[in-house]
Amino acid sequence: MNKVLAGVLVMALVTYLPRALPLAIFQNKIRSRFITAFLSYVPYAVLGAMIFPDILYSTGHLPSAIAGLVIASVMAYFERGLLQVAVCAIIGVYVCELIIVRMV
Amino acid sequence: MMTAKLEEKKHYILKDFIEGSRLSIPIALGYFPVSFTFGLMAVRGGIPVWIVILISMTNLTSAGQFAGTNLIIAGAGLAEIAVTTFVINIRYMLMSLSLSQKLANGISSLKRWVMAFGVTDETFTVAAMQKRDITFPLMAGLELLPYVGWAAGTAAGAAVCTLLPETLQNSMGIALYSMFIALVIPAAKKSRPAFMVAGCAIAISSTLKWLPVFSTVSGGWRIIISTVIACTLGALLFPPEEIRHGGGDE
Repeated sequence: MNKVLAGVLVMALVTYLPRALPLAIFQNKIRSRFITAFLSYVPYAVLGAMIFPDILYSTGHLPSAIAGLVIASVMAYFERGLLQVAVCAIIGVYVCELIIVRMV
Repeated sequence: MMTAKLEEKKHYILKDFIEGSRLSIPIALGYFPVSFTFGLMAVRGGIPVWIVILISMTNLTSAGQFAGTNLIIAGAGLAEIAVTTFVINIRYMLMSLSLSQKLANGISSLKRWVMAFGVTDETFTVAAMQKRDITFPLMAGLELLPYVGWAAGTAAGAAVCTLLPETLQNSMGIALYSMFIALVIPAAKKSRPAFMVAGCAIAISSTLKWLPVFSTVSGGWRIIISTVIACTLGALLFPPEEIRHGGGDE
């Protein structure tokens, strides 16, 4: 039990520190144009790298993952909300999974 | 005079907090199926329910938490848990650094340490895409509901534990990624640099994942390497036309 709790504590620490240190250290605006531009692009790059190709392995089977990817992309293109996109993707994947399980 | 100013300040604190909360509702709801899956998986792995909820309440992160918990279940050593989780979480350094440049002036160190706790892929992205400076009440509002949603989803998943069919569990795996997609595509539609940077990151990430030469690169490093290269290219190819200078300039 203590070993598990120690593990949880270690996880919490190495999760919190990367979040906290940059915010605590960089209290002033950075002057470099290059670095400012670099940092302004971080959200798009991180999201892109996290989505693909990992999304393909996020469900039980590749075809259902592709279905989810397509549904989410189309809905996001038409600017549906976060939740709506997530729920529809889950439903789409679920239907696909049911079909796949039946077929096998 | 003093009281009027105080009233005004109170008013802006509340307004920003509410604005942040409003922005965070879809994040909080979207977290539910993801943390639900986590709760389910962790209890199945033999971790007591209260510790599973404790993990969500102290970590508040998806990938790192899943990986770390799997290692705990597998009986791994603390060093391995620390290194693996840390590598997955290094991306938060880039996010927090990016966020530090978007903060309003004069936010105290204490408030910075507090708001850092709730920086996630989604809260950061939504904050980064706002047209305005980020204040403490705004960020607090943005973080509170997702935190509650993350903990509540975990608790629900831990309580339900075994009843869910595998097909449904598999389907929930898509939730997190579809949220990422819902965040990035509208932004990429409106801004060419955002489109190019995201596309570039996807290309690099795929290369690292699928080219056998890079098979030793772990998921955490893959995100970091892709981000650094894509943002460097973005900053070189699309330098911002105007840079906001903070306050008194030269």
